[in-house]
Amino acid sequence: MRTKTNIILAGVGGQGILTIAAILDTAALDNNLNVKQSEVHGMSQRGGAVQSHVRISDKPIYSDLIPQGKADMIISVEPMELLRYLPFLKKDGYLITDSNPFENISNYPELETLYNEIKSHKNHILINAMKIAKDLGNSKATNMVLLGAASSLIPLSDESFQKAIATLFERKGERIVAKNLEAYLKGKEIAAEIVS
Amino acid sequence: MKKLLLGNEALAQGAIDAGISGVYAYPGTPSTEITEYIQKSKIAQESNIHSSWSVNEKTAMEAALGMSYAGKKSMVVMKHVGLNVAADVFMNMSVSGINGGLVVVVADDPSMHSSQNEQDSRYYGKFAMIPILEPSNQQECYEITKYAFELSEELGLPVLIRMVTRLSHSRAGVITGEKVAQNNIHLPKLSTQFQLIPMHARGRYQNLVDLQPDMLKISENSDFNTFHQGTNKTIGIIASGIAYNYLMENFEDGECPYPILKISQYPLPKNPIKQLFDTCEKILVLEDGYPFIEEAISDFLGENRKIIGRLSGDIPRVGELNPDNIANALGFDIVLNGDLPKVVLGRPPQLCVGCGHNDLFDAINVLKKETENQQVFGDIGCSALGVLSPYKSINTLIEMGASITMAKGASDAGIHPAIAVIGDSTFTHSGMTGLLDAIIENTPITVIISDNSAIAMTGAQDSAASGRLISICKGLGLDEDHLKVITPLHKNLQENIDIIREEINHKGVSVIIAQRPCVQLPKEKKDKLKEYKNVSIN
Repeated sequence: MRTKTNIILAGVGGQGILTIAAILDTAALDNNLNVKQSEVHGMSQRGGAVQSHVRISDKPIYSDLIPQGKADMIISVEPMELLRYLPFLKKDGYLITDSNPFENISNYPELETLYNEIKSHKNHILINAMKIAKDLGNSKATNMVLLGAASSLIPLSDESFQKAIATLFERKGERIVAKNLEAYLKGKEIAAEIVS
Repeated sequence: MKKLLLGNEALAQGAIDAGISGVYAYPGTPSTEITEYIQKSKIAQESNIHSSWSVNEKTAMEAALGMSYAGKKSMVVMKHVGLNVAADVFMNMSVSGINGGLVVVVADDPSMHSSQNEQDSRYYGKFAMIPILEPSNQQECYEITKYAFELSEELGLPVLIRMVTRLSHSRAGVITGEKVAQNNIHLPKLSTQFQLIPMHARGRYQNLVDLQPDMLKISENSDFNTFHQGTNKTIGIIASGIAYNYLMENFEDGECPYPILKISQYPLPKNPIKQLFDTCEKILVLEDGYPFIEEAISDFLGENRKIIGRLSGDIPRVGELNPDNIANALGFDIVLNGDLPKVVLGRPPQLCVGCGHNDLFDAINVLKKETENQQVFGDIGCSALGVLSPYKSINTLIEMGASITMAKGASDAGIHPAIAVIGDSTFTHSGMTGLLDAIIENTPITVIISDNSAIAMTGAQDSAASGRLISICKGLGLDEDHLKVITPLHKNLQENIDIIREEINHKGVSVIIAQRPCVQLPKEKKDKLKEYKNVSIN
C-alpha cells in the first residue's frame, strides 16, 4: 500500500478543520508513520480562508508545505474553499467536500457554478455532510462525516481512525465519542457507494 | 516516544528542559503558542516557572534580563515587530552581557500572514553582534533551544533564536531528552558588568567585539551547520533554516546531486562558504525573509554574478519561500493539474458575529457623514479589521500605539476631528505614553479605547487593561468630564453617536471607553470581568 499521502484540509476560520487534522496526525503516529501538519493561526482565523497541510509518510518528510500539483486529496468543509486549493491537487487526485456554503462575503458565487466546477473533476465526493450529521443528532460532527468519506482513500487503517477519534473526544465523554464514531462510519458508508 | 508538537511547542519544551526559571512575552502571531505551552505545562507549573504575560515586549525583555542578572535562566518571546519595541534593551544587553542564560526568541512572518511587514530579525542579531540560531524543523526547535542556553552561558551573551511562521505553526513528531536543572540565585562576578555608564560601557563593548572570533569559530564547528558534498558542482546551494526543507523536498528521498551548506547558526560560517565558492560554478542562496546571507556574500558592485537568490531575481524578492519557488530556481518543471477557478473569490478575515467593535464602527461611520475631513487613526489588533469592508472606518494602521500619537500630530497640523481607535491591550502596551503627550498639551483629539477586555486577535489572552482603564486615564491627568464609558450595542447606537459627537466638539483631549467583552472569551473569563463592574468614573 502507498504510504506517502498529502492531504489539504480547507475551510473558514472556526469551522473546525484542525479536529480532522488532529485525528489524521494521531492515526498516523499510531501506525508508526511520519507526520507533518501545518496550520493557520492569527488573523485569518477570524472568518477568513484557512487551510492545513497534512503529510503522512513512512520516509522522512522535509517540507511542511505540500508542493503545487502534489496533493492526493483536498478535504473541505465548504465548497468554495475546496476549489481555492485546486492548483495543489495532483492529476486524478480526490476532492471531498460538504455541499453547504459558508456565506460571509457579499458576492458569494452561485452554488450551481461551484458544484459544476467540482463535478467537472472525475474524482469527487460532494455530499451534504451537515445534513447527514444533523440526521444523526450531532450537527457538530459534519467534519467526522467528511473524514469518514475520505478515510478509505487514506492509507491508514479503519481501526486506527476509530482509535484516534475515541482518543480525541475522550475528555468529552462516551456519548460524544459514540456520536462522532457514528458520523465517521456513516460518511465511510456513503462514500463507499459513491466511489464504487 | 515521539510527541506531536508545533515548532513553537517544541521550542517551548526545549526551554523547559533547558532549565528556565521564567518566560516573559507579549502575545503576537506567530509567536504566541510558545508562551502558552509553558503556561499550560504541568512540569513548568510544578517547577514554578514564571510565565504570565507582560505588558509589552520591552517590559518582557527587561524582566528576562533581571532574572538573568539574578543568575537564573530566562527566555523572552515575541513576534518580529515586537523586537522593535524591545530594541533598546536588546541592543544594550548585548553590551552588558548576561549572567544566567538568556535566550531571545523572535518569530518572523514572511509573507505577512498576520503582520504589517516581513522584517528579518537576523539583521537585529547581527546589529547586536550576538549568535543567531535558526532551526529548520521541529526536532531542531527543541534541540537548538536547549543548546541556546548553553551557548548563552558559555559566551555570557544573549542568544537570538529566529523562527518563521511556517515552522512555528507546523507539527511533527519530536523526541525530547533530559531536563537540565534550574540555576540557583548567583549575582554577576563583575560588579560593573551591568552598570553601563560610558566608562564601563566601553569596556563591555570591547568585550563584545573581542568575542566575535570565538563566535565565528563556534559557528564553524556547529552541529547545526552541515555540509553535504554533492557530485554536481554546477551549483552550490546555501539553505538557511526552513529553506533547507523546501530544498530537500525537491529531491526524491533527499538525494540532492549538488553540494549543500545548511546554515542554522550564525555568524555566517566562513570556511564552508569559501569551500562552496571555490568549488562551484554558481551559488544559489535560499533563505526565508530578506536576502541576509546573499547580501553578505555578494559582490557589492555586482560585477561577479556568481551568487544568485532573491537579489538576482532567481527567487522572488518578497514573500515566503516554498518548495515551488525553489523548484523554479533550480529549473524544475511544476506540473499543475489545474488553475485556480475564476469562481473562487477572496475571503478576507472579518470581525466575529456579535463583536462590539462592529457596533462602534457603525457609530463612527454615521459621524463620518456628519463631519467633513474626519480622520480615524487605527491601531493593531482586531479593531484593525475596521480598515476593511463593510466598515471602512479607519484611515491608518501602522504599529502598536500609533493611533493616539498620529491623531495628535494630525490635530497639531490642523485636522479636526482627529479620532484614535485603539484596543484595550494595545493601549496599555503602547498607547498610555502617547495619551500623556496629548494630555500635557490638551490637544483636541478624541481617543476611543475599544475595550473587549482581551488580547483578542491572538486568542483572547488576559489583557493588562482589564479593570484598570479608568484609573489609568485619570492617573495620567485626563479631565474627568471628558472621560466617558459607552456600551457598543446596536440598541445604544444613537446614544453612543451623541456622546462621541459631544467629545469631538470638545476642544481638548477626550477618552471614550467602549466596553463590551470579546465574544471569544470563555465563560469563566467573562464572569471574572464582572468583578470589575463597579469601577465607575466617579
